Amino acid sequence: MTVGVVMLCHASLHRAAQVARHWAQAGCPVVIHLDRRVAEADRANFAAALADLPDVRFSRRIACEWGTFSLVQATIEAATRMLQDFPQAGHVYLASGSCLPIRPVAELEAHLAAHPHTDFIESVTTADVGWTVGGLNKERFTLRFPFSWKKQRQFFDRYVRLQRRLGFQRRIPEGIVPHLGSQWWCLTRPTLQAILHHPDRARHDRYFRRVWIPDESYFQTIVRQLSTRVESRSLTLSKFDFQGRPYVFYDDHMHLLRRTEAFVARKIWPQADQLYDTYLAPATETASRPEPNPGKIDRLFAKAVERRTRGRPGLYMQSRFPSKARGANRAAAPYGVFEGLDDLFSDFHPWLARVAEARVHGHLFAPDRAQFSGGEPVFKGGLSDSASLRDYNPRSFLTSLIWNTRGERQCFQFGPGDVQDIAPFLAGDPNASIAIVSGAFAIPLWRSGRSVPEIRAEAARLQKIEADFIALLQGPETKARTRVWTLADFVEDPVEHLHQIVDDLNPRAPHRMTELPRMVDLSGFGGFLQELRNQGMQPVLMGEFPAVIEMDRIGRGMVRPQLAR
Amino acid sequence: MEPATAPRQRLPSACPIGQLPEPGLGAWSPWQAYRLRLRRRALLLRAARRRGQLVPVADRTAEITPEDVLCFMCVRNEASRLPFALNHNRRLGVRHFLIVDNASTDGTSALLASQPDVSLWRTGASYKAARFGMDWLTWLMLRHGHGHWCLTLDADEILIYPYWQSRPLAALTEWLDRQGHASFGALTVDMYPEGAVSQAGHTPGDDPIDRLGWFDSGNYQVQVQPRMRNLWVQGGARARAFFADSPRKAPTLNKTPLVRWHWRYAYVNSTHALLPPHLNEVYDTTGGERTSGVLLHTKFLPEILDRSAEEKSRGEHFADGAQYAAYYDRLAADPVLHCARSTRYTGWRQMEALGLMSRGGWI
Repeated sequence: MTVGVVMLCHASLHRAAQVARHWAQAGCPVVIHLDRRVAEADRANFAAALADLPDVRFSRRIACEWGTFSLVQATIEAATRMLQDFPQAGHVYLASGSCLPIRPVAELEAHLAAHPHTDFIESVTTADVGWTVGGLNKERFTLRFPFSWKKQRQFFDRYVRLQRRLGFQRRIPEGIVPHLGSQWWCLTRPTLQAILHHPDRARHDRYFRRVWIPDESYFQTIVRQLSTRVESRSLTLSKFDFQGRPYVFYDDHMHLLRRTEAFVARKIWPQADQLYDTYLAPATETASRPEPNPGKIDRLFAKAVERRTRGRPGLYMQSRFPSKARGANRAAAPYGVFEGLDDLFSDFHPWLARVAEARVHGHLFAPDRAQFSGGEPVFKGGLSDSASLRDYNPRSFLTSLIWNTRGERQCFQFGPGDVQDIAPFLAGDPNASIAIVSGAFAIPLWRSGRSVPEIRAEAARLQKIEADFIALLQGPETKARTRVWTLADFVEDPVEHLHQIVDDLNPRAPHRMTELPRMVDLSGFGGFLQELRNQGMQPVLMGEFPAVIEMDRIGRGMVRPQLAR
Repeated sequence: MEPATAPRQRLPSACPIGQLPEPGLGAWSPWQAYRLRLRRRALLLRAARRRGQLVPVADRTAEITPEDVLCFMCVRNEASRLPFALNHNRRLGVRHFLIVDNASTDGTSALLASQPDVSLWRTGASYKAARFGMDWLTWLMLRHGHGHWCLTLDADEILIYPYWQSRPLAALTEWLDRQGHASFGALTVDMYPEGAVSQAGHTPGDDPIDRLGWFDSGNYQVQVQPRMRNLWVQGGARARAFFADSPRKAPTLNKTPLVRWHWRYAYVNSTHALLPPHLNEVYDTTGGERTSGVLLHTKFLPEILDRSAEEKSRGEHFADGAQYAAYYDRLAADPVLHCARSTRYTGWRQMEALGLMSRGGWI
């Protein structure tokens, strides 16, 4: 007993001829169905190329269109011919002209000989199908599809929608339980015979003529009534992209094809000389096959689909630029933004770098230059500290910075003295965690030693900017995680608030805040605020700051030994 | 604390990250489409009117067969770069080159005329007046490019795309056809040597990337110009080194070099943008990634020093040449582009991992 091969061919006929010759020379009878739309000259060449092989036959030609019953009809024609002409064929393998046997034919024959009564055909009920594109699985059997999907796509889609809305349903004939699966199967002679000579064959054909893509359901459905043993997997490796189009294998897939358990792969790029030369060579040196690992192949293709449909979040580049509605407002990784904390604590940067294990920058959006960590003039990826380059496109600046440093948490200081153009992006970015001690901008003003009338306008301006930023963060579009304390609240219990900040940044980190940053001595700050009021400014963002502050008490709290929680 | 109120450069009339609206919204879009159509026709007419400037030197276009990938170039004094450029593109599977020689004096013309797969035209007319050569190329593409995948390059650009060493352009174009995409985007990446530009050295025919092994990996600024929905990517080494004070003038780096051509199409602005506008959508707007490539830009070979002086005096390369005088002066002063944060080039997989190009769904 041997395996007979039915080949459906319509293009790249020189490759199809090579493959047919390979099958035939290995002792497998071949019946070829050639699309009737192939030009006569091409057909003649093709037939001439195979004329010397007695066990290669051609079946009656049907004009084939993808998605229609013509493909099933063509398969039936060729399979009938196969059963008639070649009684030695114990199994029949359905392949296409762009399929390539990637394991020696002898291995396939051995495999089939070991399972003489098994039909290898992927056959899954419509409820369990996960791969169909466009949501059409059960509906393939219950709607009508008079329009060509390829040529009349608009009509096709509209008619489907119309039928859904009207609740139209075709009746599925009795005895038919819709199953779907790969078009490429390998059936035993008795099963195939039973399908072709089924007493209800005419009724089946009439029904499937109006089913959508019947080549993925005709045999897959009927085999369930007749087969004694179905192994629901295809022996052909065939992968589809997210739009349901088959992937093509190229020369550089050689290593991949070696890892598959399948016997045949499709589709092969017609110009993949190396693949054709290697796999169609006489089977001698293919003994050193590595251990099959189909999972690896599945993962690779799943990754490709993900890259095509979801992309790499936070990457903005020439072939990925999501529109506003598609969640474009996002950096590649979580990062921390701190406002006011470096005004309140004199050594906030080094402290944060130690406890959060993060890269801590200064004011990245300072008006004069971007203060990269360590004062670097050019940061990772070639980002310049030039303020004009940064301000030309601040969103690209920030997303590039976060993208370039994937794997390392980034933190930077922000404040009302900085260029604010980036603020809406920060607020809308779910990867941003923003901690603000509002009103702290007044501390450096107070410490500058300048007179209050001099400072008053500046303080009012900064307060306005900070208030706008906080209002933005409280808006409905905000996706950033934000914590806003007034200066008075923060000073009330700085340790607890610092804990919250570190937890937000690094929730899974062990709590080992063994040291705390040094707080600026605020004695007299309350008086400064009163002086601002006296000058006609209303300092509101600082909260109810006490007129007299006990720095001793706060100081004691700051050195309090940390209790394990 | 003052400069926050000082005048700053605002974002130009372009959509930054997160601000791109969905296409075709608004009542003005039919009117806009009509205006773009008029503009496209004007470009084609303009190209046709300048066809007389092209004098055929070697016309081998009869050898072009259907489905050949064609390469269009406009060159001037590129005898040292062309041997490698031709070989690289032949290796990628370009079947025929259609080249306009703009009054070269260094033997470029003889070199090209002797190649069996090159059709050559010569012109002494103004490069700038011919829209930086695009009028000439538009005419040649109209005549010979229809129905073909056409690659439009400069002599100092080396196209790489995913799997380029193992898959010829025909595989890429077949993949794009299958995806229903008629155009393919690529980012120009400025390549530079480790030391001063004059130290790079280069022998014609050698791979210039051997000498220009470094690039900037993550300082590109991306926006979309909503009118034609074309990308506007700037940045890279040139923006960092020469345009820190005037970033808006920094060179545009996105290109659409590979297009399944139709005689009605026209490049608008070098190969950065083209009409009709749907060809400019080489990027995915739903979050996914499309397949894209990189043009390795080999401008910074030692000859740039003399060339910059010449280009400055000719004033043929920018619409407002005077604005770029300082740029040319700095180019001619033997700059060092390399810095501590430069990245050494290792191949397309590195470019993809860095996010400068993408395989998209191509496996």
